[in-house]
Amino acid sequence: MDWITDWGLTLVVFLPALGAVFMALTPKGRDSTIKFWALVFTGLPLLVGLLMLGRYQYSDGGFQFETNLRWIPSIDANYHIGVDGIALPMVMLSLLVTFLCVIYSCWHLPEPHNPKLFLALCLLLETGMTGTFVALDLVLFFIFWEVVLVPMYFIIGLWGGPRREYAAIKFFLYTFFGSVFMLLGFLALYFQSDPHTFDIVLLQQAGVLSMTKTAANLIFAGIALGLAIKVPMWPFHTWLPDAHTEAPTVGSVLLAAVLLKMGTYGFVRIAIPILPDAARTFAPFIGALAAIAIIYGALNCLAQVDLKRMIAFSSVGHMGFVMLGIATMTDVGINAAVFGMVAHGVITGMLFFIAGSIHERYHTRDIPELGGLVLKMPVMGGLLAYSAIASLGLPGLAGFWGEVTALLASYNPLEGLDLTWFRTFMVLGGIGTVLTAGYFLWMLQRVNLGKVPAQWQDKNFADAQPLELAAWVPLLALILILGVFPKLILDVTNPAVVELTQLLTR
Amino acid sequence: MQIDLIAIGPEIILTAALCGVLLLDLFLPDNRKWLAMPASFAGVLATLAAVLYIAMTHERSTLGGMFVVDSFAILFKAVFCLAALLVFTISHDYLKEDTIHQGEYYVMLLSSLLGMLVISSSRDLIAIFVALELISLPAFVLAGLRKSDLRSNEAALKFFLFGVLSTAVMLFGMSLIYGITGTTNLADIATVISVATPLRDVAILSVFFLLVGIGFKISAFPFQWWVPDTYEGSPVPVAAFLSVASKTAGFVALIQIMFVAFIQLADQWRPFLAILAVLTMTFGNLVALKQKHLVRLLAYSSIAQAGYILLPLGIASATNQSRNREAFIAATVYLLIYAFMETGAFAVAIAVGRRGRGYQISDYAGLMKQAPGLVLAMAIFLFSLAGVPPMAGWAAKFFIFRAVLNAGGIWLAIAMAVNTVIALFYYAAVAKKMVFDEPAPGKVAFGTPPLLGTAITLAAIVVVVVGILPDLFGRLAEASALF
Repeated sequence: MDWITDWGLTLVVFLPALGAVFMALTPKGRDSTIKFWALVFTGLPLLVGLLMLGRYQYSDGGFQFETNLRWIPSIDANYHIGVDGIALPMVMLSLLVTFLCVIYSCWHLPEPHNPKLFLALCLLLETGMTGTFVALDLVLFFIFWEVVLVPMYFIIGLWGGPRREYAAIKFFLYTFFGSVFMLLGFLALYFQSDPHTFDIVLLQQAGVLSMTKTAANLIFAGIALGLAIKVPMWPFHTWLPDAHTEAPTVGSVLLAAVLLKMGTYGFVRIAIPILPDAARTFAPFIGALAAIAIIYGALNCLAQVDLKRMIAFSSVGHMGFVMLGIATMTDVGINAAVFGMVAHGVITGMLFFIAGSIHERYHTRDIPELGGLVLKMPVMGGLLAYSAIASLGLPGLAGFWGEVTALLASYNPLEGLDLTWFRTFMVLGGIGTVLTAGYFLWMLQRVNLGKVPAQWQDKNFADAQPLELAAWVPLLALILILGVFPKLILDVTNPAVVELTQLLTR
Repeated sequence: MQIDLIAIGPEIILTAALCGVLLLDLFLPDNRKWLAMPASFAGVLATLAAVLYIAMTHERSTLGGMFVVDSFAILFKAVFCLAALLVFTISHDYLKEDTIHQGEYYVMLLSSLLGMLVISSSRDLIAIFVALELISLPAFVLAGLRKSDLRSNEAALKFFLFGVLSTAVMLFGMSLIYGITGTTNLADIATVISVATPLRDVAILSVFFLLVGIGFKISAFPFQWWVPDTYEGSPVPVAAFLSVASKTAGFVALIQIMFVAFIQLADQWRPFLAILAVLTMTFGNLVALKQKHLVRLLAYSSIAQAGYILLPLGIASATNQSRNREAFIAATVYLLIYAFMETGAFAVAIAVGRRGRGYQISDYAGLMKQAPGLVLAMAIFLFSLAGVPPMAGWAAKFFIFRAVLNAGGIWLAIAMAVNTVIALFYYAAVAKKMVFDEPAPGKVAFGTPPLLGTAITLAAIVVVVVGILPDLFGRLAEASALF
């Protein structure tokens, strides 16, 4: 036992919030000091996270680095945190992506600048994100889940595009609406459990929950509504294209790479293992919505002219694959889902970075207006092609494994689930991958290739800058490494997933 | 009859302080009139000390059981004293910059506070009536203190007319109860009602009459019409006082009357209160959406908040004491947290309203560039009122949801959930105005006087700390439960 085992996770969660306080106390205008604090307070958690990777028992499917303290005795809520093989990749993803976002923001911030507020909000966001992934108490989970709302609201609303205010309030209201019903579901779980508890681990144990089928279905519906809005599942996705398109680059990256995963993670961590029977009832619906999302996202992408909006809709499709994997309720499917979450985080994060940097230079993101990007900026164009191809699921890059395994899993879902339906979803998903390849290649053709349009002929665009590359290289490397060695993730997730699926078949 | 002087010690000290301030004001020259504020402050501090002294000894009861100082009374006396201290701190600079007579102002506030201390201990209809009047009458005057302003006159008149009307109805109800039970003591009323079943119908009728009077104080629908106009016209610190202390006093009376005297009839009045609560929050939130004046927005939001606090009373039960206990704890925790976030929001309104800025929401445009500290505080208060963690408001709502769901009130919980989302829209709209919009030309950066700044900071700290550790208030509420 040492301090990392005992307090590492707590440090990882709260160091960024502490950093935000530090920055609030730094006088305005001293930008370099503020950037320094931001780097330190996102770098340190990442470092602690890496140290924890070294101590993690990879063959163990249970929770590690657990802390369980009394927090609000009058409502039986505890400060219970811990990670297992499902949470660990998500925690590392959020630590890494936030750190890279801070590096990127040191290079450039959109109007109205104000690095102090921007970076402080990013750090608060990090606390909310990592907290959500480590929380093992429903109340704690809810708090962290909500903590991300206010910072993201301000990030979109202050630094976003022309329709930022609309996008910001839409994001805020939509998610808040879902989470209030999620909270009611949590409370209902509490009252249905014996002894009453909010503890996620305890609630998963057999015999703790006893209720009628109807009650279980209602509670599942409430919780799933909150989670589905966050994912977002079709038809609750309408906030996403607006939020993603209007958010500043870093906001889009954080939204895509981490925030969306909070929803899918919630399904894997809470909704499905705690209410397996209700989950089995709802699985075909979730699968159907996922299949619709895949096709719908792809068709929408074909119609988009705005590069960022296209990437946003591609997220709807990718999260559809993740949800399809989860809906199968098998270990193959859930492994695929967790892998897909990491892969989508890395790839789509990268795509948003590039889209931001292109907008930065061209002051437009309209696909038809761009063209011949490779000629103007060879490195940037190459990176765009690399990430787009990773996103469409080329074997050998990260995007491939999550999607192909999810389709595989839906060929053979959990016993008792309707085979015909899930195989139909598989076919639809397969069609979706073709469409995905179609729109990404078409986008590349229009943006990267061809002649440079007349309006850009005389312009001199700086190719990718060192600080940009510094923020991107880890993601680019991960895309390749995870594509070649998917076991890096799957070996971490599998023990935990096997333990989880055992709960579903009991 | 032996009178326990220690039991009424806080009230005696406060009365002495009140007279002292009144006399002091006579002899102060005009440029020293502000000394009334430190004097009143000291008086309330001494009262608070006396309350804490009783808290550390034992519970007391005097005047034949009419006046009880139990943990319930102690908690609310302390809350009222703290609320008054906060209102004093936010009043000081406001009064100095206006033409309000400071001596009268503080004396009136102290008298109203005296009524609040008495009501916390009253276990008798007559005592409750007298205390409610003692709270209301000075408040009518306070609302009209900006004498040269027509809106202030309107505020006072509306407040007064609605006030007397509802008090009259309440008094009628009380007389009916006395007529059928032959007693005004709350506990005795409960005993008589539980035995004499034929009288129940009259008792239920009179409960509704009582609810009219109290509904006015807590601004429950449909007795809330005076609230927006009165808050808007009154001096802003008075609006803060009305929306926090006076409303809490109404709830204290309601809780005592309903839970002590008429708990046997809970099955009859419960659905009525539940519907009233849902209507109140829905009305408050929907109308708040349209507001352009910040104080009016806070007024409608405070109506909605009253609806939330009222909701747990809609699950009261004649037989299930543990359910009543939970309802009580939920309402109390909400009241405690509400006191800080609401006063805080009004304090920021005062800080911004100074120096020629107004109280229109459009006056808040671009405040971020000129007073970032105030914006941070206001965001904390507004998001707390909306119930967004980690600000304390989430815990307040959590306790209510918990109590209501435990009693099976799933539709009530859903109604409140939907209301919470509606409310977020207008709170976030103010935050948007402050942070996203550009400041209007001609508006410059400005400072906040230290006293006002301290009050705002303290309230903000309490809201955040209690949001992270809600047990601080949860324990207090548990310890002070009436049953």
